[in-house]
Formats: sequence, structure tokens, C-alpha cells
Amino acid sequence: MKPVLEIENLRVGFPDGTAAVRGVSLRVGRGETHCLVGESGCGKSVTALAAMNLLPRGATRSADVMRFHDEDLTRLSERQTSRLRGARMAMIFQEPMTSLNPAYTIGSQMTEVFQRHRHATRAQGMDRAAELLERVGITAPGMRLAQYPHQLSGGLRQRTMIAMALMCDPELLIADEPTTALDVTVQAQILRLLQTLQRELGLAVLLITHDLGIVARMAQRVSVMYAGQVVESGSAADLFGAPTHPYTRGLLACIPIPGKTPRDQPLGSIPGSVPKTGAEFAGCAFRDRCTYATADCAGTIPHRTVATDHRTLCTMVPA
Amino acid sequence: MSIAVEVRDVRRSFTRRDGIFAARSSIRAVDGVSFSLESGGVLGIVGESGCGKSTLGRMILGLQPPDAGEILIEGQSLASMDRRTRARLIQPVFQDPFSSLNPRQRIGDIVGLPLAAQGAISGAQQRDQAAEMLTRVGLSAAIMERFPAQLSGGQRQRVAIARALVLRPRIVICDEPTSALDVSVQAQILNLLAELRRDLGLTYVFISHNLAVVEHIATEVAVMYLGRFVECAPSEALFHDPRHPYTRALLASVLTAEPGIPIPDVGLGDTYPDPANIPNGCRFHPRCRFAQDRCRSEAPLGHIAGDRLVECWYADNDSS
Amino acid sequence: MKRFSTLFGMTIVGAVVLIALCADFLAPHDPFAQDLMARMIPPSWMESGSPLHLFGTDQLGRDYLSRLMYGARISVLIGVLTVVTSGLIGTALGVTGGYFGGRVDDIVMFAITCRLAIPLILVALTVVALIGSSLTVVVMTLGLLLWERFAVVARTTTMQVRNIDYVAAARAAGASTPHILLREILPNILSHLIVIATLEMALAILLEAALSFLGLGVPPPLPSWGLMIAEAKDYMFFSPWVIMVPGVALFVLVLGINLLGDGLRDFLGVSQRR
Repeated sequence: MKPVLEIENLRVGFPDGTAAVRGVSLRVGRGETHCLVGESGCGKSVTALAAMNLLPRGATRSADVMRFHDEDLTRLSERQTSRLRGARMAMIFQEPMTSLNPAYTIGSQMTEVFQRHRHATRAQGMDRAAELLERVGITAPGMRLAQYPHQLSGGLRQRTMIAMALMCDPELLIADEPTTALDVTVQAQILRLLQTLQRELGLAVLLITHDLGIVARMAQRVSVMYAGQVVESGSAADLFGAPTHPYTRGLLACIPIPGKTPRDQPLGSIPGSVPKTGAEFAGCAFRDRCTYATADCAGTIPHRTVATDHRTLCTMVPA
Repeated sequence: MSIAVEVRDVRRSFTRRDGIFAARSSIRAVDGVSFSLESGGVLGIVGESGCGKSTLGRMILGLQPPDAGEILIEGQSLASMDRRTRARLIQPVFQDPFSSLNPRQRIGDIVGLPLAAQGAISGAQQRDQAAEMLTRVGLSAAIMERFPAQLSGGQRQRVAIARALVLRPRIVICDEPTSALDVSVQAQILNLLAELRRDLGLTYVFISHNLAVVEHIATEVAVMYLGRFVECAPSEALFHDPRHPYTRALLASVLTAEPGIPIPDVGLGDTYPDPANIPNGCRFHPRCRFAQDRCRSEAPLGHIAGDRLVECWYADNDSS
Repeated sequence: MKRFSTLFGMTIVGAVVLIALCADFLAPHDPFAQDLMARMIPPSWMESGSPLHLFGTDQLGRDYLSRLMYGARISVLIGVLTVVTSGLIGTALGVTGGYFGGRVDDIVMFAITCRLAIPLILVALTVVALIGSSLTVVVMTLGLLLWERFAVVARTTTMQVRNIDYVAAARAAGASTPHILLREILPNILSHLIVIATLEMALAILLEAALSFLGLGVPPPLPSWGLMIAEAKDYMFFSPWVIMVPGVALFVLVLGINLLGDGLRDFLGVSQRR
């Protein structure tokens, strides 16, 4: 089946010389949740912004393939991408307050997108907005439409953002840390909602997160990013069941699991810190922190296939 | 064992005004909390944002006086303690190391501040002790000449820990010490805190919203909801046999890194707690799926179920 | 463009300060020496100008360039002293109100409101009428009156900084209140205050000129730019340069200070701060 979003060898550079994304490839299929996981600064958000053509000014982007269905995203003009954005490709962010305009009511912000992309009337937009607010579990949608963002709690705002993203029936939803700013109980509710919507609407979801707990429960496919590269990718079962890259394994050892991690022993940890990676950086970016590093790790490392659809960027796995 | 921290029915409220024309509303941030913590123990305080856990932490640090109630640190009243004595007994580690270190000061001065504030110490002694503590938390003493902006998040949090420990206090209040850090760094800091507690015989009050982290480090856990401890028990007991419906919901919403398990339905509905408007009766009843008539009218304050505090009328019934 | 204008401002301010400091060596003539035989000589580039007097002479035959140079000294002196005085008063009030809040803050806010209700020129007039005019009187009057912007900015920035965790950490470390105010808070609001200082300095220089023009500022024969303009007003129809020269000098200096202030604002990242 053809993927909804397909990216091959994406590179993003910033004016200060840092290479934020260094050859990322990923695919998101219809009805699939693909999790992009990594620590701050690994390039996961930049990857998403590059796909949406929302990179900050001065950033450079190149890719062998960057396709949304049949649209070649590398060739589209700014106007053509903005027509896709918000309509067929939607995005939700960590802090809904920054993407909601405090000066307008929820209703007018939701209908604005709809009117622009669908050339609909305001009344049609309001109907659609009310329907979606109900769909994301907001009671009394009529009242909420007339309210301003600051009148809603964090959880309600994120639900509203999701409803707004769904206004034009998108095929791809990119969610960048959608629950990081929320309380744990609300997080569980929002994630359940995302999962249900995705199943019912057949959405392709690219979920960006630093939380391996969320990855484990949400993802069909996972890409682990480190220093601008995908160091390991595969199905959730493969990645959590048989992680091969030392970074993936290190991350998994870092998080305590209640009732399973022994309490009187220290948690696993990854010593050192992420190196600065410019465009000319060669070899494995993790080698300075890796206990298994050898001389080979300084050379160019091709992706190794561990099993079907399970790939890793490590010399330990035989080519 | 001696008691390190004793808190007796402490209360604190704030007034808030939502707009120019809105009436002032009173927020009961901490609404009658009592506990005692043995020295060497770790009390984990968990709860969602706005439950009052940080306010409680600031009161125990003496940064905010309680409206009512009393706090005793090693048997002495916190209210009548002078700032130097207090600093020698109890120190904080805050959540965000980017805001807990003064960007205009060198690391040496930051870590040396608690020593300098005590007075009667020479500059050289101060530097030696700061350097020693920095080495103790895994940093090189050469870092003393640098400014906070030149350090990574993990290094900054180590600096904050060094500052907290340089006076060799008895008690450390950790307010979300790992929440702003990356996963791999978080584990390093947790391990460091655990090691320091063992080696220096420290007592921690560990405030966090992350139950997995609290479970790993705490000996006792208190679950806070709208300004009160609704359940407080030894860690093992609380995690294996949670009694309060809210504790159960919190535990259910922890997403462990285990694939194949569905995302739980925490069953709390979509009403959110508002500390400006605490419900009558049991403060949790609007979100509780087991709520009975009694819960709506009568508050289960200080209710003891078996060997622990559980503010729920039906905590003894296993059927609930 | 931004960088150019900052550089331009810096050059102007630097040059004027240098001239003010070295007026004794740079000035070609004694600024007070009258020469009734050489009155109202136009600048040297004009017809019937004299190469001895680059900017000409005034109605008493004093060398205009020399008076301008010594006048720079008065302007810079007044600007600096006024800003130091008002900066100290305003910062102290603002930091106190912002840090302690509550009743203390109410009093500070009341003081600011009262200050805003005081008509500056009228007070200056009264003071001069009562004590007479002198450089000290001008500096004290302006210094005691121009602190409100320092107070407002110091107060709001202190309120922001007060709630940052490093202040809580310092309190928990047992630091004294003076330490917290001077070491933890002040360095972190200083960049905002420096920007205000440049604006206030420009204002003080303009106000001194205005007061001197009205005869309420520095007393003659001191060569203040404002006084030069005042003395020139009777002759401006036939000898326009007498008012142009000090007027342009005043304009250029104030422009320079403001450009420098704008540059500092960007350089110190003041406007982007939370």
C-alpha cells in the first residue's frame, strides 16, 4: 500500500552551521501511527516542520523524496503547500495556547480554517465545529464555541486543537508532543481520543514525543532519533522486544517501570552528552557515549537490516 | 528514629482576580495537610498541577508562611527559626535548572552562596567547600569559573544539587527535580539523588507528577488532591494496593514502556478540579465514579482505613 | 541599517563626551573672554567670516566654538548627574515596591502617581525663584523629578525576576534581603535600566536646555547650549547661525544618545525578554 507520507534522506541545516536533520527517512501509512521518539534537540520536531514546510527562515531543506500521497512536497510552491496545510495535512502542538489566538472565540477560529479551505459559509462552519467538539468529547459544544481560549482548561484546549485539526478531514495528522504540557490523567484521555479518532477516520498519524511510555502504547511503527538521524526503526513490538541500537537500549533502561524496576538499584543511564553535529560530521554520533564503540564506528555507517522492517544504524549488527 | 519533618494541619490560600471587573476569588491551595516524616525517609508527594504540592513544598522550605498550622523541622518550629539555622537544616532543588541558577553569577558563587550567607567563613574556605561538593555531585571543580548558560541541563541540575548540599543540610525538598530533563539525564539525576541520600543520610520530600519516578525513590507516598492528602501510605503498600479512587486513577494513567497494553480509561470524566471552587462533601466526588450520597454531603477528612490515611468513606470496602 | 545607526550614535556620544572632557585643551579660545571689537563675526565659511573663529563669535565677542565645547561639558555633566540621581532614586523605589509587594508597593505606586502629577517646569520655576539658579540646583531639581520611568521599569522587571526560582533558592540558602536585592535581582534587571538611562539622559539634556532658555537653568556666563540659544534669540533674524549652531549641536547629541539607546536595547535583548 502506498504510504500517505513518505520521506527519503531528509536534510535540514540551520544558518549557524548545525545540521539538525541528517538524512532521515520515514513512511506513515493510512491508519497507522508512526512515533518519532528522541531527546530534546535530536531533530524530531524539525523533521515534522520540514514536512509541513514550516521551518524557520534561513533553514535549508533537501530530500531525495518527500511525498504526500502523489504530491511532491519538495516541488510545491509556498501557496500550494499552504493549501495542503490545515486541510489535508494538519498539525497539533505541545502548547495549544501558542497556536490559539487569544483574541478570537473558539468558534470563529475553527470556522476560519473551514471557510478558507472549503469555501463554506460561517453557519456551515459553526455546525461542523460543534459536531467535531462533540466528537472529541467536549460537552455543551454550543457554549464552548462562544468562549475564548483562556476560558478553557489545558485538557479542553488540547481537545479543541484536535477538533480544529480535524475540521477539513485531514489524511495526515502530525502531533508534536501533544500531551507533554498536560497532567497524567488528562494525557491518558487525550491519547485515547487520538487513538479512537485515528481508527475511525483512518488517519495517518506522525506522533512526536520524548516519552517511551506513550510510544509503547500508541505506535505501530517507531523511529528513534539521535543527533539528527534515525538510529533505529521498526515495529513497536520489535523495538521494545528486541532493541538493537545501544542508544535505544540505553533509553529503555533509563525509565523506571513501577513494580518491575528494582528499587534499591540505580537506574540505567547514558553517560556523556550529545555531540555537536555539523554537516561534515561523520560516523556514529553515539560512539563517544557507547560502551561497545570500536574503530569502525568513526567511519560511514549504512543502515543495517535486523529483520523485516527493522533497521538500525549500528556496526554491531552484521551487514 | 527521629522525626525530620512534621507538618500539622497546614493551610494556605491565595486571592486571585480574573479580570478588572471580576470578583476576587479565594484559592485554597493547601487546605489542611498533616504528616510526619522520619529522618532518612523519602516522602513522595504526587498530584496534578494546581493540587497545591509546590505551595506545600515552599511552606516547608520557609519561603511562604502558612496561614494556619505549624511546621516543625527536627522538632523546632520553622516559624521561629532564623534564616541561617533554617538554611543549615533544609534546602531545595527546583524543577527547572535553567531558572534556578542566577544567569549573572559564576557557578562558584552560586554554590558558595549558602556558605557565604552563614557568614564567618573565608573566601578560600568557601571555594574549597564548593569545589568539594561539585566533585561530589560528579562535576569538575574547574566549572566554578563558568556561567550557567555554558552548562548542559544535566550539569545545571547537578550544580543546583551541589548548592543544596554544600551546607550539609538534613532535609532536601526536591520539587520536580527531573521533570525538565531529558530521559537519559533524568536517570542520572535520580541515581545521584539516591546515592547522596544513602551516603549523607538525607531526608527527602520529593514532589513530582511522575508516579514511576516517585515509586522508584520514595519510601512513603502522599497523593494530593485539591490541597489535601487524600491518601498517604508506605510506598510499597500504596502502589500495590491503592485504596482511594483517585490514587487508582493516577496509577492507571501511568503509561509504562510496555507495548501491547491499551491506553487505560482512567474514568475521571471531563470535569477538572478548581481550587477556587472546592466541592462540598468529599472534594473528589464530582469525578468519582463510585460516589454515593454520603460523599456529596459529608467530607471524609482524616479518615483512616486500616493502617493508612485514606480520605474516602468506602476505602475499606474492597468492592469499591 | 540597525548596526550602522548604533555605531553612528556611539560615535556621536563618544565624540561629545571626549570634547567635554578635553575642552580645556581643545577649545581655541577662552570661552569667557569677551572681545567687543569682534562681536557677531559669522562662521569662517561665510562671507566676512574670520579664520580665527570657526563658528564665529556671539554678541559679546566670545568665541562660539569654544563656548560650544564648554557647553558640551555642561550638557554631559547634567545628563550624567541627573541620570545617576534619578536612577538611584527610581531603582531603589521600584525594586523595593516590586520585591516586597503589598502595602510597600501601594506606597511606591502612589509616589509614582504623585510624581506624574507634578508639573516639572513649574516646580523648577519655584525652586529657582526660592533658591536662585545654579548648576547644582538644576541637577538636583531634574534628578529629584525624573525618576518615575526608572521606578516603573525597575518595579515591573523586579516583579518578574522575584518569581524566578533562583531568588527562592537564594532565600532558602539563607541569603539576606540586601543580598537578594543587590546580587540576585539587580544584575538581572540592569539591562532594562541601562536602556531607560539613555532615554532619560537625552530628556535631561533637553530639559536643561529648556530651563536655561527660560532663564531657570545654569546662570550666565556659563556656556550652556540652552543658554546660548536663549541669548541668541534676539539676534537670530540678522545672524541666524547664533541659534543654528547650538541648536544643531543639541539635536545631534540627543539623536546620538537615542540611537545608542535603541542599539543597546537590541544588544541587551531587552525587548525580547519575557
